[in-house]
Amino acid sequence: MTKEDAGAIVAAARSTQKITMAEITQQLFDHFIELHGDHAGSDDPAIVGGLAFFHQRPVTVIGTDRGADVKDRLATHFGCPTPGGYRKALRLAKQAAKFQRPVIFFVDTPGAYPGQRAEENGQGAAIAANLLQIAQLPTPIITVIYGEGGSGGALALACGDQVWMMAKSTYSILSPEGFASILWKDSRRADEAAELMQLTPKQLLKQRVIEGIIDEPDDHRAVLAAIDAVLQPQLDKLCSQTPAELLAARRQRYRKF
Amino acid sequence: MQLYKRLKTLTANHIKSDRQADAKVPSDLWRKCPKCGTTILTKEFDQYATCPHCHYGFRISARQRLGWLVDDFDEQDSELSSNDPLNFPGYPAKLKQAQGKTGLNDAVLTGRARIRGQHFALGIMDPTFIMGSLGTATGEKITRLFERATQERLPVVLCTASGGARMQEGINSLMQMAKISNAVAQHAAAGLLYLVILTDPTTGGVTASFAMQGDITLAEPHALVGFAGRRVIEQTIHQKIPADLQDAENLLRHGFVDRIVRRQDEKTTIWQLLQYGGGQHD
Repeated sequence: MTKEDAGAIVAAARSTQKITMAEITQQLFDHFIELHGDHAGSDDPAIVGGLAFFHQRPVTVIGTDRGADVKDRLATHFGCPTPGGYRKALRLAKQAAKFQRPVIFFVDTPGAYPGQRAEENGQGAAIAANLLQIAQLPTPIITVIYGEGGSGGALALACGDQVWMMAKSTYSILSPEGFASILWKDSRRADEAAELMQLTPKQLLKQRVIEGIIDEPDDHRAVLAAIDAVLQPQLDKLCSQTPAELLAARRQRYRKF
Repeated sequence: MQLYKRLKTLTANHIKSDRQADAKVPSDLWRKCPKCGTTILTKEFDQYATCPHCHYGFRISARQRLGWLVDDFDEQDSELSSNDPLNFPGYPAKLKQAQGKTGLNDAVLTGRARIRGQHFALGIMDPTFIMGSLGTATGEKITRLFERATQERLPVVLCTASGGARMQEGINSLMQMAKISNAVAQHAAAGLLYLVILTDPTTGGVTASFAMQGDITLAEPHALVGFAGRRVIEQTIHQKIPADLQDAENLLRHGFVDRIVRRQDEKTTIWQLLQYGGGQHD
């Protein structure tokens, strides 16, 4: 096996040519109906959530969105959710569990938004609440990382039964630039940091951080078909388990680290 | 030119007399409070290491805190240490140095504790051990603390202090947040109390997980508590943020902390709060 280039995967994960949350909700699912807000004072556009059918099965779909144009990108902070976004995700996930609907998360975020208001509104507390509560919901939960999986901001949407990564995506504790900046006080050494950090799908699969890797050709229809081909059998498998079996396996999944 | 020479001579004399004075004055005679700027005579520092003016609690090791926090302590998992999962260059040496300095194997001290008749499980994070960062060994020790407390039906008291993730352990550090959260959830489901004491500094992944999952959350005066670092926030929003944005007092105002408690009152406060239930009594 030739050594993969972590820096190139980081660049591919951030490419603007990748599939978007809008394509996922409209083309991977049928009859997507968006539901807004955390019902506690905010509606963060960086998190899109709602109801849909997946092969005739009702599901809840929740994902990060970077926005299509400059205005939307500013509104979503380039895909960095605020506390209200995480609370929206928690609200919709709890609602899904109430009706025994599976939850499918789609994650592409540099991380939780580091702003003054985000701090005052409890960014840490919002992520902490998701880790505490989403992980205990007695319904199947699958996450697909389809770009950047940035730190706690990604983990808050990836604490269920399975985590899959697209071939050109990353999942890490911090951006390679931030990592290089902290350790060597030099963010230009990002490529070197990326190699050390083991943030590529192959390395994460080896460490059993993820369940598997989804092929990612350039054609978006083919990408969606590849996601569909993974999600359908995995959802069938998880839906055949009792809530107790599901939760026991989930605890094992995180206990091993 | 004459003036210049004279100044030069004066300066040289000054330096000489300064050096002589330096030799007689210990370098740690004074300490300056980083929060209010008050200068404190080090010998006036008692075991609590707090500022007499603003009550800020200076960063202290886990063992120093243990000295005044409880009546009895029985340490557990003291041998557990990181196995360097990423084979990170220079990390084993850094660990060894921190272990030598703190007398701990990683950034948290855990065990069973007692205050008067109240028994509980106690964890104290150590900000002097690689900034109290959350590595695999710290994560495992905190997870076991909650698991044992659940089995033994004990409340958990946890003093947090952390710069965030342990960079040298990469994604394994992130996974500790999920692992500990699961253990906290099972402890909560058993009807047991989890009491958090936020100390300076509590940030990053620790704030975004178990530091914010308690039933009751106390904080020490002016402890820095936040998710993102000040520099990151200022670079993101392109403006200066208020000096007290991440002060415990500001978190209290925004509803994320139950009470601010001075170090001198912590022991009694823990004991009082345990009276309301969620644990065992002699």
